[in-house]
Amino acid sequence: MCLGVPAKILETGDGAAVVELGGVRREISVMLIDDVSVGEWVIVHAGFAIEKLSEEEAEQTLALFREIADAT
Amino acid sequence: MQLKYIDDFRDPATAKALVERIRGDAGDAPVRLMEVCGTHTVAIARGGIRPLLAGAVTMLSGPGCPVCVTPDGYIDAAIALGTKRGALLASFGDMLRVPGKSSSLEKEKGMGLEVRVVYSPLDAVTLAAATPDREVVFLGVGFETTAPAIGGAIKTAAVRGVENFSVLTSVRTIPEAMGVLAADPEVRIEGFLCPAHVSVVIGTDAYRPVAQRYGIPCVVAGFEPLDILMGISMLLRQKKEGVARVENEYSRVATAAGNRKAQDLIRDVFVPCDTGWRGIGVIPGSGLRIADRYASFDAEKKFGHPVVFAMEGSACRCGDVLKGKILPVNCPLFGKACVPEEPYGPCMVSSEGTCAAYYKYGAV
Repeated sequence: MCLGVPAKILETGDGAAVVELGGVRREISVMLIDDVSVGEWVIVHAGFAIEKLSEEEAEQTLALFREIADAT
Repeated sequence: MQLKYIDDFRDPATAKALVERIRGDAGDAPVRLMEVCGTHTVAIARGGIRPLLAGAVTMLSGPGCPVCVTPDGYIDAAIALGTKRGALLASFGDMLRVPGKSSSLEKEKGMGLEVRVVYSPLDAVTLAAATPDREVVFLGVGFETTAPAIGGAIKTAAVRGVENFSVLTSVRTIPEAMGVLAADPEVRIEGFLCPAHVSVVIGTDAYRPVAQRYGIPCVVAGFEPLDILMGISMLLRQKKEGVARVENEYSRVATAAGNRKAQDLIRDVFVPCDTGWRGIGVIPGSGLRIADRYASFDAEKKFGHPVVFAMEGSACRCGDVLKGKILPVNCPLFGKACVPEEPYGPCMVSSEGTCAAYYKYGAV
């Protein structure tokens, strides 16, 4: 029930934004996050962006995974 | 189609390397870890992670399925608001089959109860605005992940003046429940795999009291298979080093302090309260009720119909399953009197229930 889906912001407006979720464009509320811009990634839960996704942190985690995979 | 930030965290070769790393760190006896969250339970079952780690790690499933821990008295109250008070109910889909004392929303729906399934609490506000001659009651069930969305809907209704909207709340907070489990000598947890999205809201620092007071390592992990395996590996490394701290595998979204805006909204709309968890009992300070300044949106007050909590007595052992004391297969009803098509206990109802996940993906 606490599932949240990564989605890219396509449009922004007054407290709301449009994202693509599973191939469908959907309006979500961005009242829980600060200053979101087009192109940023957010986690969507129950129609709300609950946080931004840091692409830099994601890359660091993936780099760590590659390191572990290469070491074995 | 490659799904960014999803498929990246599902690579089989990396999963294999992580499993080897976990096995390399494991001792003679399996380490007892608990995944607190139902979304983790489903991901672990679907990913076939338990058999991969057999002998090295025993994964216990925790109480983190909001639908499963919602007491039957709540369902009874929701049904009564619809049938006796004529309210139009709006609910998340997974609540419909949860058994109350003698019925469920789904059964009542078959007999004429009006229940609309919504994706977002905001959809229920929109529904209320579109049907001004009806009282719309949203069934606000969830943990800290969902609390800001429920609070956001209440604030939106207040701002827009949607007076025929109210919420029957069943909102619970996770760290308090973890404290109860950590203190239970029968459960014997050696590490907590902490929820991804609850932690996004409350911040990973929220688990420091559990780690410090009980000496249990805590790792926040994402919901994809590599996240889970990495989280388990980090827990084993802590155990090996003999430390108990809070670590964050899900750093791409969760932070130490959490989402302050969401926390502020929760503090504005809700106040902490003692609340009953189905099968577990009352946990002090583990619930959120609507603050008095938003009392007109509190369905219990608006209709004078409080939710009554009582521990149900039956052969159903969901309570012990939710506490990680037994596996679903150890319940006398599992797979016999209790199956997904005809669930007896709440753990079989929700797709994220431990029993439903075990039943669907094999009892391993």
